[in-house]
Amino acid sequence: MNTESKEVLLEVRNLQIEGFSEDRWHQIVKGVDFTLHRGEVLGLIGESGAGKSTIGVAAMGYAKPGCRINGGSIKFDGIDLVTASDEQKRILRGSRIAYVAQSAAASFNPAHKLIDQFSESLLEHGLGSREQAYADAKALYARIRMPDPDRIGFRYPHQVSGGQLQRAMTAMALSCRPDLIIFDEPTTALDVTTQIEVLATIRDIVEQFNTAAIYITHDLAVVAQMADRIKVLRHGESVEESATRTMLSHPREEYTKSLWAVRSFRKTVAAPQLEPIALVKISDITATYARGGQAVLSEVDFEIHRGETVAVVGESGSGKSTTARVITGLLRPEKGEIVFDGEVLPADYRNRSLHQLQQVQMIYQRPDTAINPRHKIRDILGRPLSLYLGLRGSAREQRLIELMEMIEMNPKQFLDRLPDELSGGQKQRICIARALAANPSFIICDEVTSALDQLVAEGILRLLDQLQQELNLAYMFITHDLATVKAIADRVVVMLQGRIVDQGPTNEIFSPPYHEYTELLLSSVPEMDPDWMDRILAERASKMGMAAADN
Amino acid sequence: MNNIIRMLIQRISLGILTLFVVSLIIFLGVSMLPGDAAQAILGQAATPDTVAALRKQLGLDLPAHIRYLTWLGNILQGDWGTSIGNGREIGEVIGVRFANTIFLATFAACIAIPLALTLGILAALYRNSFFDRTVNVLTLSSISTPEFFVAYILILLVSVKAGWLPSLSNIRADTTFVEHLEKTILPALVLTLVSVAYMMRMTRAAIINLLSQSYIEMAALKGVRKHKIITRHALPNAWAPIVNVVVLNLAYLVVGVVVVEVVFVYPGLGQLLVDAVQRRDMPVVQACCLIFAVTYVLLNLIADVLSILTNPRLLHPK
Amino acid sequence: MNDPSIQSSTGPSFEVSKTRQLVRVLLQAPLSAKIGLFIIFVYIFVALFAPLIAPFGESELVGRKYQVWDDEFLLGTDNLGRDMLTRIIYGARNTVGIAVITTVFAFVTGGVCGIIAAVVGGWLDQLLSRVVDVLMAIPSLIFSMLLLSIFGTSVISLILIIGTLDATRVFRISRAVSLNVVVMDFIEAAKLRGEKLAWISVREILPNIAAPLAAEFGLRFCFVFLTISALSFLGLGIQPPTADWGSMVRDTADLITFEDYTPLIPAAAIMILTIGVNFVVDWFLHKTSGLKDEY
Repeated sequence: MNTESKEVLLEVRNLQIEGFSEDRWHQIVKGVDFTLHRGEVLGLIGESGAGKSTIGVAAMGYAKPGCRINGGSIKFDGIDLVTASDEQKRILRGSRIAYVAQSAAASFNPAHKLIDQFSESLLEHGLGSREQAYADAKALYARIRMPDPDRIGFRYPHQVSGGQLQRAMTAMALSCRPDLIIFDEPTTALDVTTQIEVLATIRDIVEQFNTAAIYITHDLAVVAQMADRIKVLRHGESVEESATRTMLSHPREEYTKSLWAVRSFRKTVAAPQLEPIALVKISDITATYARGGQAVLSEVDFEIHRGETVAVVGESGSGKSTTARVITGLLRPEKGEIVFDGEVLPADYRNRSLHQLQQVQMIYQRPDTAINPRHKIRDILGRPLSLYLGLRGSAREQRLIELMEMIEMNPKQFLDRLPDELSGGQKQRICIARALAANPSFIICDEVTSALDQLVAEGILRLLDQLQQELNLAYMFITHDLATVKAIADRVVVMLQGRIVDQGPTNEIFSPPYHEYTELLLSSVPEMDPDWMDRILAERASKMGMAAADN
Repeated sequence: MNNIIRMLIQRISLGILTLFVVSLIIFLGVSMLPGDAAQAILGQAATPDTVAALRKQLGLDLPAHIRYLTWLGNILQGDWGTSIGNGREIGEVIGVRFANTIFLATFAACIAIPLALTLGILAALYRNSFFDRTVNVLTLSSISTPEFFVAYILILLVSVKAGWLPSLSNIRADTTFVEHLEKTILPALVLTLVSVAYMMRMTRAAIINLLSQSYIEMAALKGVRKHKIITRHALPNAWAPIVNVVVLNLAYLVVGVVVVEVVFVYPGLGQLLVDAVQRRDMPVVQACCLIFAVTYVLLNLIADVLSILTNPRLLHPK
Repeated sequence: MNDPSIQSSTGPSFEVSKTRQLVRVLLQAPLSAKIGLFIIFVYIFVALFAPLIAPFGESELVGRKYQVWDDEFLLGTDNLGRDMLTRIIYGARNTVGIAVITTVFAFVTGGVCGIIAAVVGGWLDQLLSRVVDVLMAIPSLIFSMLLLSIFGTSVISLILIIGTLDATRVFRISRAVSLNVVVMDFIEAAKLRGEKLAWISVREILPNIAAPLAAEFGLRFCFVFLTISALSFLGLGIQPPTADWGSMVRDTADLITFEDYTPLIPAAAIMILTIGVNFVVDWFLHKTSGLKDEY
């Protein structure tokens, strides 16, 4: 990280941007200031809706469709981008200011090769010939450790993996050696183990070419690795800004402190007293999607007791969600069975009794698609009440009010609303209430906090913990986020490619000696320490060095 | 490349299968009629014996699948059967009629396609401008108009009042190419008016969808000039939807000719079909329906094949 | 730590009555939509009250053939001496009425099959889709003509034939929009609750596809309406003496050569209603797709 402040490159004063929705213009960005020097990296963090992306592209003088800049000034090297002509802005874009988008897959044209899209800016701005561009591309691909750097550029976007595309996009941004690169959540869609590679690449590049950068993300640990200075945004306004180490050790504002504090939530009861016999026994499950096809689950075997939270953790493709599908009866296993409360559950949910269906409830990742947008809250919660418990009339009404109180939401205010009128966190609470309405003993939580902002997620975790205390519920918590696991799990099951590679009590799994894959996972999760990435990379390099020396 | 070839073979096989199924439907439909061809030919006064004899002679007493295969075999060899109405070989007439219809449809397509594509692309590029909104209203009105309405208005204004063009398009064997063109201008215009409207709206929708893709925005953020964004980024991905629109519209034209041919008394396949249906001349109905259906299926097949060939993801597999 | 989302719900919470909301939406509609709604309203009115409005009987012979427009016969007489105005008014009832019935039939058949195909999936979906593919392989006008020549041109066969052929389009679109809904988690949640097919189709899926289906209903109506008129014009649709706009154009077509506008009136009647419905559907689609065009 280059911390030598040189000349001022970008000066943003009182930036105001409005957006058009529901037939009106709303102010999205309400007067933001910041200054960026050459070679400096500024991290913009905030929850969704804070305006980070909007401000990020505004640094190029660009407003996304449906938005317009309606105040303030954006001076890039002396040129005010708010008043500049379209041609002036076009000349700057790609050559002196570059953009790396969140989704590489959508940002590359499927009809052209990667290397041609790399060369495009260079040729368009007349900064070099095609041969020079091709040579530069190959050199850059090699530098950022892409596989087969001389030939990979001649592939089409859909022929390479997500992580490679993201790196290719970063290389593309560098093609004209810009003064400033804007990184818009570049690693959000990637697995943890791929993420660290891409982060390392970005940081190397920024240092080697002395490029200034704006790094936009909602992940605090990531921004701690990448930025020299951090600016916290909320609802389109700046909350706080200071140098990274200062902000991490001494945050000033309440809001900033609350963001940091999220990762310190821990369960109220460290180790619950458990019944001897497990409530749910997942017994030696092997499953495939098509007969004779590849196994998506192999010999998966673990237990969950009442009052216990078992976290099933792994990356995408590990089989965690598939296990949930087998438990709920949506996928028939080839071998093995699910034993619930002493009896074997029919493999197909259609063969299960109402009582069996009632006992196992599921809460989904995305509250937007988990509840029917055309049903009132009252009906969403009421259906399980009438179906499973046969409640009618005033008894039903009474129970609805109780459920709303359990999820800490005002019944009078919310029961007659439609889901559109609720926020993400509120909708997820409704999903929890819906699961509770059935009076279950076992709830599967499938990535229930992954789509929520940090603060809201913490609220959900606390609520789930509290409910577990009161009702002695068993939870199976599926997640890829190790911080969440440390916060709420009693036992952990680590999965990789359909198999369990490690399982045991939380504190055992997360302290040495580690299973190899667990170690990889743990070490890939960014921590709030700014030196974390350097340490990890150094450790890995020395391990590879030792391995090479052994040969 | 294997992937593409496999998909093409699949799609073409499906097309051929569809053709067989379509011919089967047409054949079966007609054989479900109460009474039969022999009765129809001899009329009500014929004795049962005479009818039975004719039936045997025509091969109508054979089981259905043999009759189907015979019928199909005959057609593939060029024998389309005999018209009940005038006893003539259908094959003599149908070729000429089909050629006339194709002439009309092609003439209309030559005007309609370039016009529609241009208007559609312009409307998409200048979305929500006055131009776009006007064109939107005009095309909505146009697709709401029955062809015969447009036809009669044109006849009234151009033919009867102004006398510029003839209102009847009676082509004969000795009509020259230029005369042919002159006589088909009006019917071609009618066809154009309605099909341009459909094509233009579909093109506009496809282009707008294309322009909202992230990689278009990315190109702008790289500083690429606007016209280059259109030609280098939008166009290569626009072929697939545009080709689709064009071919599907050709398929529409094939059907739209029917009404137009009747209004202008144009000796095409559509008019032949309408006459035959009115007279219940089933062999002719069968033959005409078969040709129309085959053309339609083939055009759809071409649309799908071109769609596969212009898809960049398929052209360069993993 | 307080979860800020619990304290208040997003957005204002007035309890505005549904009627007031509807009126407000109607007033804000663009001019074309308002014209469209007005047209539809007028046509429905004429169709319902035809016997009260028309000056003469539907097929009553009241004068000589092809009389010019005068005070007694505002739009003259047709080729048999029947009053054009009366027949135009009754035409609203007949043509529009039959088109509406056909569209409803097509909609119910195709719509239900489409939703079920999407929910059940598997072999049922394959079977229905293949059947629809076959039915759509032959252009509908041609197919209708074939079937009409086989089954005759009574009103019932007209409704069933055109209705069935049109149901294929409704099937495709209802299946497509239902598939978008079927992949949502709340459908899986409903299945896991033990909900049956009927419940899932009607209570979970239908409310979410109502908007695109309503728009499609308008479009289907236009198509059916134009097709029936075209067939009647060709003599293959609604048969005389029933007053029907398509065949009325055909009956009076000879007048064109005498520069008489009479045949254009029933044709215009067809066009105006179709334009009206198309304008309203266009506005509806614009509104429900949430496109932000004005900026």
